[in-house]
Amino acid sequence: MASLAASFGRGAMTNHWVDWKNSDVFIVIGANPAENHPCGWKWAHVARDTRGAKIIHLDPRYTRTSAVSDIWAPIRAGTDTAFFAGLINYVLENELYHEEYVKLHTNASFILSEDFEFNDGLFSGYDEDTRGYDTTSWSYEAEPATDQPPPGLAQAAQKTSDSPTNARRDPSLKHPRSVFQFLKRHYARYTPEIVSKVTGIPEDKFLEIAEIMGSTGTADRAGNVVYAVGLTHHTMGGQMIRGIAVLQLLLGNVGKPGGGVNAERGHANIQGNTDNAQSWEILPGYLRVPQVGQETLAQYVEENASTKSAANSLNFFGSMYKNFMVSLLKAWFGDAAQKENDFGYAWLPKPDKNWSWMTIHDEARAGRLHGLFNGGMSSVNIGPDSNRIIESLSNLKWFVVMDPLPTASSDFWRGPGIDPEQVQTEVFFLPTTHWIEKSGAFTNSGRWAQWKHAALPAESGIRDDSYILAQLFSRLRALYEEEGGPHPEPIVNLSWPYTNPDNPPLEELSREINGKDLTTGLQLSSFVDSKDDGSTSQGNWIYTGSYTEEGNMMDRRGTDDPTGMGFFHNWAWSWPANRRVLYNRASADAKGEPWDPSRPGIRWSGSSWVGDVPDFPADSDPKEDVGSFIMTGEGVGRLFAPASLMRDGPVPEHYEPQESPIENLLSSTRNDPATIIYEGAAASFAEDDSEFPYVATTYRVTEHEHFVTQHVPFLVEAMPDFFIELPVQLAEEKGIENTDMVKVRSKRGEVVGVALVTKRMRPIKIGDGKVVYQVGIPVHWHYAGGTGKGKAAQMANLLSPYIGDATVNTPEFKGFLVDIEKA
Amino acid sequence: MATELGLAVRRKSATPTSSTSIRRDSIEVSKLVDIDLCIGCKACEIACKEWNDLEVEETHNFGGYQSHEDLTPDTWDLMRFNEVDLEDGGIAWLIRKDSCLHCEEPGCLLACPAPGAIVQYENGIVDFDQEKCIGCQYCIAGCPFDIPRFDTETKKVYKCTLCVDRVSNALEPACVKACPTGSIRFGTKEAMQEYGKEKVGKLQDRGFEDALLYDPEGVKGLHMMYVVPRGEMLEEYGLPKDPTVTSKLGFFPAMGALRKLGSGAMWAGLLGSALFFLRTGRRFPPPEEEAVAAARSKGSEAPGERTDAATRHDADDSLDPGSEGDGHA
Repeated sequence: MASLAASFGRGAMTNHWVDWKNSDVFIVIGANPAENHPCGWKWAHVARDTRGAKIIHLDPRYTRTSAVSDIWAPIRAGTDTAFFAGLINYVLENELYHEEYVKLHTNASFILSEDFEFNDGLFSGYDEDTRGYDTTSWSYEAEPATDQPPPGLAQAAQKTSDSPTNARRDPSLKHPRSVFQFLKRHYARYTPEIVSKVTGIPEDKFLEIAEIMGSTGTADRAGNVVYAVGLTHHTMGGQMIRGIAVLQLLLGNVGKPGGGVNAERGHANIQGNTDNAQSWEILPGYLRVPQVGQETLAQYVEENASTKSAANSLNFFGSMYKNFMVSLLKAWFGDAAQKENDFGYAWLPKPDKNWSWMTIHDEARAGRLHGLFNGGMSSVNIGPDSNRIIESLSNLKWFVVMDPLPTASSDFWRGPGIDPEQVQTEVFFLPTTHWIEKSGAFTNSGRWAQWKHAALPAESGIRDDSYILAQLFSRLRALYEEEGGPHPEPIVNLSWPYTNPDNPPLEELSREINGKDLTTGLQLSSFVDSKDDGSTSQGNWIYTGSYTEEGNMMDRRGTDDPTGMGFFHNWAWSWPANRRVLYNRASADAKGEPWDPSRPGIRWSGSSWVGDVPDFPADSDPKEDVGSFIMTGEGVGRLFAPASLMRDGPVPEHYEPQESPIENLLSSTRNDPATIIYEGAAASFAEDDSEFPYVATTYRVTEHEHFVTQHVPFLVEAMPDFFIELPVQLAEEKGIENTDMVKVRSKRGEVVGVALVTKRMRPIKIGDGKVVYQVGIPVHWHYAGGTGKGKAAQMANLLSPYIGDATVNTPEFKGFLVDIEKA
Repeated sequence: MATELGLAVRRKSATPTSSTSIRRDSIEVSKLVDIDLCIGCKACEIACKEWNDLEVEETHNFGGYQSHEDLTPDTWDLMRFNEVDLEDGGIAWLIRKDSCLHCEEPGCLLACPAPGAIVQYENGIVDFDQEKCIGCQYCIAGCPFDIPRFDTETKKVYKCTLCVDRVSNALEPACVKACPTGSIRFGTKEAMQEYGKEKVGKLQDRGFEDALLYDPEGVKGLHMMYVVPRGEMLEEYGLPKDPTVTSKLGFFPAMGALRKLGSGAMWAGLLGSALFFLRTGRRFPPPEEEAVAAARSKGSEAPGERTDAATRHDADDSLDPGSEGDGHA
């Protein structure tokens, strides 16, 4: 999601599921939608049946998605950046990019700083000791005509200023330091031959795919790239997604119906989770978590709000940053948040380092973190390196699991090989209602917040998560009020205005998230009414409009679609502002005419933009040339992501996965240079493929949902046993027959499962003809499953390495090394 | 009895008269599985079990993605998976929902000696009434698609009902409702045929030259059709190329001949039965059924000649329990 924000301004699927019917070409990569997103996937079939769309699937495994695709190409796990870099090169080399779009809607014409360099896999500013970059040079050259002193625009892109510094541009795209020319030089190295050698995709197959996808760089074609956690689960996952963004901006496919960079989120409400600050580094609505040193609200806004780097850009987010933050503080602290006390800003925690998932568990392992809650998540299964996670949990003083059913985490103290006597952690299991048993909203991948209603009554004695959290809060507050203690303000001042303080009704929480005008007491209907003076409150500005004076907009079920484009504006509600395709200004040309009149996103009627809800001021004449990407300081899509938007590079560069069977064929920088290496983790990585020769990938199958469905007999019946997929040729070499029990080992652990010997796993050739076998390991099984016991009780993440992506620290669950033998 | 479940009955097993229904104008319904849209998710399989209150069975991975090796009395709908090599070096993963096809000319019904145990409604649905089932399993031998399954505990035979209980209440079958991609469709036979033909055209345009609508003449058509993209691979999908009722039920026209020829022909038939079972590999052949199958097998050796003879009325007449008894004697 961070890559999408870095590219376009918002961390979300650009289009939406129904819109897939408008696509001409699909590249599905790092995803298995036929199995994992079947309800959305049907729209790809609609596109094929009604438009003759081509569906291309790339995956280490031939899956049920491959079975219904037009083309499947095998790819080595962890090499997707090289694939996209190859496509970018193909598009640039063969001039297949949509030139008018690129000039109008991207930063191709921006001139880069003279200090910016790239050399042998490293961008300028790298510091080996800190494993990080000083990103000052990843910036634009300032416009010379301005009377402003030209500071590094790296900062300008990140920091607000009353007098923005404009970047220098060359509309002809010919300047050697223009983003466009830099891309041409950077990606020229990614020839079809080298791409094939890195990825294992046969060269002719690569060229076939490149030609089909390249055909969408015209006004009347739309190409769609679909991905899921098959891309995010890598040390350079963020850059893989940036690769898609660059490709799609060059082809003019962003903002267009049928186009886009379409992230398929995990379970039904993962998008909602992210929107509402499930990640450590963000507050609700993608406001950044305050950092150490950002002492005041003014300083926070100064350092986090984006600023204009193009004179004409709207920079909507940057200009409203303070309003949204103040309104959030009002929602949290109510009357206690006043202008005089900076609206309580000082009460917010300011993390001193990367406090992502792996760090939290690492702190527990080191004995520096004493208590942990799991809610709707199971630390042990989610991994990586489950043995290390179990060690972390064993070092806690107390551990609480809120879940409808026992998990491998709630039962870790009695897991295989664990002596309960030796575990000192006090473990509490609080059974909660399942989402089937309560009403509330799900936000799907396409940002549609859809209200659902309880399907079953909760069992007696089982409580909602919200009840548990409310109890925890009210008792903690009572303790602070009675006994005092350090830093009581955020607890004692928290606003708690619910009709049932013991279990706040979810409808009331939804109203609070939407926000209201505190003067009139009326629900807000648009985030443009957000104020920075404390007269509005918003629990999450991007959800403003979801629960208005007209009622719960998420509960709407209108099926009218007057444009025929599949927007369905009266079905549920989508953030932001019920807009269905993000950045839809880019679906039209400079005059406001749709690139493809038969497939309009929005169109300038002469007085307003019509069609989808415009991602643009509704009455802004195209002549005013306000930038099409209103969330970026540049006002355009970012081919080059300046400053520290991405920690490991402003443009994607291929690195090998942490564990890899081959050297990096593109530079002497083997692995992503900016990843966090946790204490003791380096010793748990295989240095080469001598002991662990096979590439492993983990995944989910359609029959199960994560780990919970091991408790559902019908689903266990449908896909009963833990299995390992491996190629026929590897099985022959190892003397393994189909259904034999096999042991898979990594440097961190081992699992035993049923061998599934299949033609669908194909050996691939990399480098100078080196044959690599890949094996597949599904993640659903564990020892706490109601019916998945015995030989089924194996966890894929016993094998995966404890390392994550450089920017967002998502673990590398795919593309690590293992060995396999008959058990 | 013209109706059951509010549906007009066309005919019943081992019931000599043809339908007394005057509702001949009933709309014929059909399911259609568009294999091009099928993602093998098994939602239909599980929805079938849930709606019909079928027991969960203990399964184990037997080397693929298929849940059960075969249909069972508690699994009426099974996704079958088959990995096949293609000429261009690639592979195809053929996935097919296997369940009752509700033949217009139902071999099960024609074979059933128990009055009213198998019912064909005017809308085309073929359903089993376990209360009347005598457990003889002739239906299994009579089915050209190997669908019905005998439960050794209840001594009855079971199969997909096309959710006749739902359909008679104006609901689509459970599998159709559960299907996330619209692969399983339900409507009038005519509408489904129309969809199927149009889809076959699209598949041919996409390069599936042998794509076809599977609605074979030999059973006078189906009330669960398939759109098959790789029509040249019917066998690999597990679908017979030319299924006919007579291929399994040669028995019926043979009845007259038996009466004339006496026991000599009977013994010849018994000999044929051995070959019959060696080929088809039936699972629970009780002794009395072997005798019947013996008689049937004579006809099975020349199916082509028998097709015309096996018209509905001939079959109905043959299925009179009395004449069946003669056959045994």
